[in-house]
Amino acid sequence: MNENKFAAAFKQNAIWLVFIIEIAIFAYFNPKFLGLANIVNISRQVSYYGIASIGMTFVILIAGIDLSIGSIIALVNVVCAYLMMNMGWNMWLAILISIAMAILIGVLNGWMVASIGIPAIIATFASQTIFRGCAYLLSGGLPIPGVVLEHPTFGFFARWSLNRWGIPGDFGLIPICAIIMVICFAVGSFILNKSYFGRYFYAIGGNEEASELSGIRVNKMKYLIYALSGFFAGLAGIVLLSRSGSAQSTAAIGFEFEVITCVVLGGVSVAGGIGRMSGVIAGVLIIGSLKSGMIMMNVSEYTQMVVQGLVLAVAVGIDCFSKKRQSN
Amino acid sequence: MADDYVLELEHIRKEYPGVVALKDVTLQLRRGEILGLIGENGAGKSTLIKCCSGAVIPTSGKIKINGKEFDRMSPQLAAENGIAIIYQEFNNVGELSAAENMFLGRPILKKNGIVIDRKAMEAEAAKAFEQLEIKINPAELVKNLSVGYQQMVEIAKAIQQNAQVLIMDEPSAPLTTKEVESMFKVVELLKSRGVSIIYISHRLEEIFRLSDRVEVIRDGEYVDTLITDKDPATIPNQVDELIKLMVGREMTQKYPPRKPCVRDEVVLELDHVYGNGDEDISFKVHAGEVLGLGGLVGAGRTEIAQVIFGSKPKDSGRIIFMGQEINPKAPRAAIDYGIALLPEDRKRHGALLTNSIKNNISMPIYERISKATVIDSKTEKTTAERYREDIQIKCPSINQLVRNLSGGNQQKVILAKWLAANSKLIIFDEPTRGIDVGAKYEIYKLINDLVEDGVAVLMISSEMEELMGMSDRIIVLAEKKMMGELQKDEFNSDTIMTYASGMIPEHKKEAV
Repeated sequence: MNENKFAAAFKQNAIWLVFIIEIAIFAYFNPKFLGLANIVNISRQVSYYGIASIGMTFVILIAGIDLSIGSIIALVNVVCAYLMMNMGWNMWLAILISIAMAILIGVLNGWMVASIGIPAIIATFASQTIFRGCAYLLSGGLPIPGVVLEHPTFGFFARWSLNRWGIPGDFGLIPICAIIMVICFAVGSFILNKSYFGRYFYAIGGNEEASELSGIRVNKMKYLIYALSGFFAGLAGIVLLSRSGSAQSTAAIGFEFEVITCVVLGGVSVAGGIGRMSGVIAGVLIIGSLKSGMIMMNVSEYTQMVVQGLVLAVAVGIDCFSKKRQSN
Repeated sequence: MADDYVLELEHIRKEYPGVVALKDVTLQLRRGEILGLIGENGAGKSTLIKCCSGAVIPTSGKIKINGKEFDRMSPQLAAENGIAIIYQEFNNVGELSAAENMFLGRPILKKNGIVIDRKAMEAEAAKAFEQLEIKINPAELVKNLSVGYQQMVEIAKAIQQNAQVLIMDEPSAPLTTKEVESMFKVVELLKSRGVSIIYISHRLEEIFRLSDRVEVIRDGEYVDTLITDKDPATIPNQVDELIKLMVGREMTQKYPPRKPCVRDEVVLELDHVYGNGDEDISFKVHAGEVLGLGGLVGAGRTEIAQVIFGSKPKDSGRIIFMGQEINPKAPRAAIDYGIALLPEDRKRHGALLTNSIKNNISMPIYERISKATVIDSKTEKTTAERYREDIQIKCPSINQLVRNLSGGNQQKVILAKWLAANSKLIIFDEPTRGIDVGAKYEIYKLINDLVEDGVAVLMISSEMEELMGMSDRIIVLAEKKMMGELQKDEFNSDTIMTYASGMIPEHKKEAV
């Protein structure tokens, strides 16, 4: 029995072992990989995946999918920049409005999935196309540059570090966006483990009908989950805009698939009902350091795509294979 | 003749990591006989037949077919040696025709060897149906056939493939009474043609109706094989004997005694309710009362339960609960009033199999035991522990997944959930379907405890004995309408069956 428990604990945390091995390999080939500069760099790169992965985790937990988050990010970029640069709005108001818009897109996804009954993959694919188009329309396909240049405070989300507030040393190098990500992960874990919403999400992912008959308002939860996915994508969009400093309607194309890779790699079952936030954190870190490590090893972008695809297939393959063996 | 065995299983043992599913089972099937196979849930019946089909490979033991010895079967070997299995879940493809299903994976091709010869397949299928004396259009899509006919397509497929041994796993479970009759006819017909049949069923009356011999297994071990005596006078004694063999102890009383506890207070009243296909349903359930809802499958019993529970809307009429008119639009609303439903299909609609016992029990009350959305985990745990103790859910821990529990314990978890939600009216839809004999008794005792505490119970049951044994009053539905009501002293299976078939019994006609 004890042995079983140990095996189960090992299996649940095996993903972290993968992360450590990966780090070791990169560090072996390039000692700079574990350097402070690179770690700060990775944390900056990873943060907007991490933030968006929380919403995606919820969505996949209820056996849904959200393909619209890349377009939400692009539209949030363009709208926020447009409001600030072309209409002269106050920065915080512009951020507030663009995140509210992201939430509304999520609600729209929820409406299509829950109330109309469109399969999630189609409904969110439709939103992906619609809102990418909106981003092109609003920007005329041209970038809106100079956001951080004209509003230096906007750098807060991705460019600033703790040393701005006089915190010295290595600790002061931690970027604000990494802190935002950590807070978001904490909120995500809290929702999943401590609030009743988490219990509902797992239940719905396991069996929607039985959940409804146990008193869960399944449709309401779907609205909530897609809205949350929109919210986290919107926040990720603000972080991206702060980092790039220029709004691009072509930003974050294919982003949803990278986030899905992180989430699934982290052990969230696409069949729904199974997954843990800590696994997703590991998934995000693995993909983030994989990208950074490959860049440092001068692996071409095309090869990176191949590797990332392989990682996804292998991760899901291992999961499915072990399930198959279990059921025999 | 007595030694002419088609199929012999010798000392079959099957171990899974940590569990022994079959310890030592021996089975001998004579040519042209119907052998009943019975045992409680978890006794190992399914594993045993999977050893015959090749789906499970025995750890040790021998399988002999017509005297030829095998260590293991494979699906292909089983087919080659004339063994066919009709599982509870059919292997039909709904979008294909009956004929195409019969030739699935081995189609008849035209001379060119590429194009499927639909005509030839349909002709062959028609021949097979004719042999079984059933009327199915071979070109009909399987999804348009009734469940009974879908099963017939599977049987016909087996016969078409020259099956010598037909193994049927709970074949009557999904069927209506009429369909069961025609299935029996087909089974008897096959026997008369020399096919040997292993017939697995929970329903002992079927075993007596069909089988020549009956084998009992318990906890993965062979117990005994009896010759069935079809003389109706001896059947009650044989039933007792079989139950004793199955559970390994004597069951003196099938239904536990209950103190009279029906109160005057009306908990639920339906006043000319229409909806979900049902028409003009009116009845009252009192506190402390078990109201039985009888009728055939499809009579509209589950449908009215869904309306009361808010999972399906009503069209007209009034539902009065605890003196107040209600119109629940969703299960949540009904639950908040104090209405609970234990659905017929436990695995699909009742239990959350991939969630823990603890989570299942607290599911309807999470919002109540949370402050600002944060669950009071102590209350969550003590609630689960309390009901685990109270109604004796057998499990190593409340953190165990419900998937890993037996049917009876799953039913208890669902019940615990509704007890935690403080339900005033509990609707049981086929409360003991698929639950083994020993656990049934426990469920009945729990229902008794409920009504003695003043809960009102509405119990849908297709088992006549259960309906009469447990109810204080019975209402019978037929074809979505109410046919009649019986007081306890009027309980009589003939009267109930007459109502259920949509007729009014002679002695009741004057009263109307």
